[in-house]
Amino acid sequence: MQNEVQFAGFGGQGIMLMGQILAQAAMQAGFEVVWIPSYGPEMRGGTAYCTVVTGDRPIGSPIIRNPRHLVAMNRPSLEKFAPSVKAGGVIFINSSIISIDAGRDDVDVLKVPIIELARDLGNVKVANIIALAAFVARSKIVDFALLEAAVKDKFSEKEKLIPLNMKALEEGRKAALKS
Amino acid sequence: MGKVLMKGNEAIGEAAIRAGCLNYFAYPITPQSEVAEYLARRMPEVGGVFLQGESEVAVSYMIFGAAACGERIFTTSSSPGISLMSEGISYISGAQCPAVFVNIMRGGPGLGGILPSQADYLQSTKGGGHGDYKLLVMAPASVQEAVEMVMRAFPLAEKYRNPVMILGDGLIGQMMEPVEFPDHLKVEPSNKNEWATNGMDTRKSKTRNLVKTMYLNPEELNAHNLKLKAKYEQMAREEILYENYNLDGKYKVLIVSYGTMSRVCRTAIDNLKANGLEVGMVRPQHVFPFPHQAINQAASKKSCQAVLSVEMCMGQMVEDVERSVLGKRPVHWYGKCGGEVPTPEEVMEEVERLLS
Repeated sequence: MQNEVQFAGFGGQGIMLMGQILAQAAMQAGFEVVWIPSYGPEMRGGTAYCTVVTGDRPIGSPIIRNPRHLVAMNRPSLEKFAPSVKAGGVIFINSSIISIDAGRDDVDVLKVPIIELARDLGNVKVANIIALAAFVARSKIVDFALLEAAVKDKFSEKEKLIPLNMKALEEGRKAALKS
Repeated sequence: MGKVLMKGNEAIGEAAIRAGCLNYFAYPITPQSEVAEYLARRMPEVGGVFLQGESEVAVSYMIFGAAACGERIFTTSSSPGISLMSEGISYISGAQCPAVFVNIMRGGPGLGGILPSQADYLQSTKGGGHGDYKLLVMAPASVQEAVEMVMRAFPLAEKYRNPVMILGDGLIGQMMEPVEFPDHLKVEPSNKNEWATNGMDTRKSKTRNLVKTMYLNPEELNAHNLKLKAKYEQMAREEILYENYNLDGKYKVLIVSYGTMSRVCRTAIDNLKANGLEVGMVRPQHVFPFPHQAINQAASKKSCQAVLSVEMCMGQMVEDVERSVLGKRPVHWYGKCGGEVPTPEEVMEEVERLLS
């Protein structure tokens, strides 16, 4: 079984980090995993995206045209990638800044106002962690405890940020279960 | 040490350190600049040296100098940078010094683009600089394989006293995969005292070592060229490396592909198998020396109707595949350039088209 997740948004929204944390958690879960950034001649303020592929056997093509899931952090990303998501996947929508729908009725759409939730936690920078947590809780792509471990690992050199990020994870998980 | 998630470029840098290489001279270029970023931080931690040259030409001669002194040395670059280094690579080959060059290929010719490509196949395997020389050329298809190849490249460069090239593409450099740095690939001290100009006192010797590329006497140069030729023939005997995929069944088409492209082909082969069509693959892990015999053998299988060379370039490997198949089966090419990586579906369509 292979799973592919496309993370997409503006540069600066922490897109690459979300993918890396998921890839780390997937590796700890014993999956084969590949993380691929977009490194093309992207424009500043344009779309930044990365793909995480997980599988129970060595991953062949690292180039994915039709991911199983999409985490859309801004509207251009949703418009660009929503049509390519496989039926039955999860489309996560950052509803704080995306006012449109996924335009799909064959996927599980999860809308979370991550910027407001992050602001409530006192730091808007953890919006991406809330999004990641909500997506993982809904898609169950990896065990949630492994996601927590991966976040701790990522922030191991900035330990004082860990409690805030743990709160963000919990906030995201709750949001996924609520909606 | 267990598995860690690392970007190809960073893993290549770490692998060189694990192989006992404490010298890295380079000039930045996308898509491999993270090697320099990583080693600029890491080399001082292990007592090594990172030096940024003023150009790739300069870097290639800084490497010549360090290699001539018996220092384990490597650099990384991408296609246009490797073209600039080719002059130095010719000198290093002529002087029989070991060094490791990593080419994380991007699209060309000229400045081309920054996305993955395999368009430097001929440059790497047939020369690139002037004169009669060859490089041992390794082509990794994953971050783990890149690590292992870098770690094996240093002892091989020292065994042959010849540069070794790692031929990766932008994706190998940019993607992250779990990697392990195998202990068994730890590298022994080099044989430098036999040839390096590292000082007679240093090696407690009364004989001078001489490193040079100039032989004005034609007989002497001819003899030198014959000596180099014998090394390349030894490589062709001892350093063939390839991987077979799905060659047990009655495959109708044989794919030859390497690097990232071979992974796409693997997915295509799996999907075709699920549809009831058997396709086999030989993946050269070393592209020089080339696995002619293995490909000939695989193409000769009765069920095999055609051979398809799949590359992220305009068919540079086709000649080598043809020289392997020796007319027994028709040889075709499929590929794309400029950073366009063919999808498994496109490879599948091409295989089906060949058979229709």
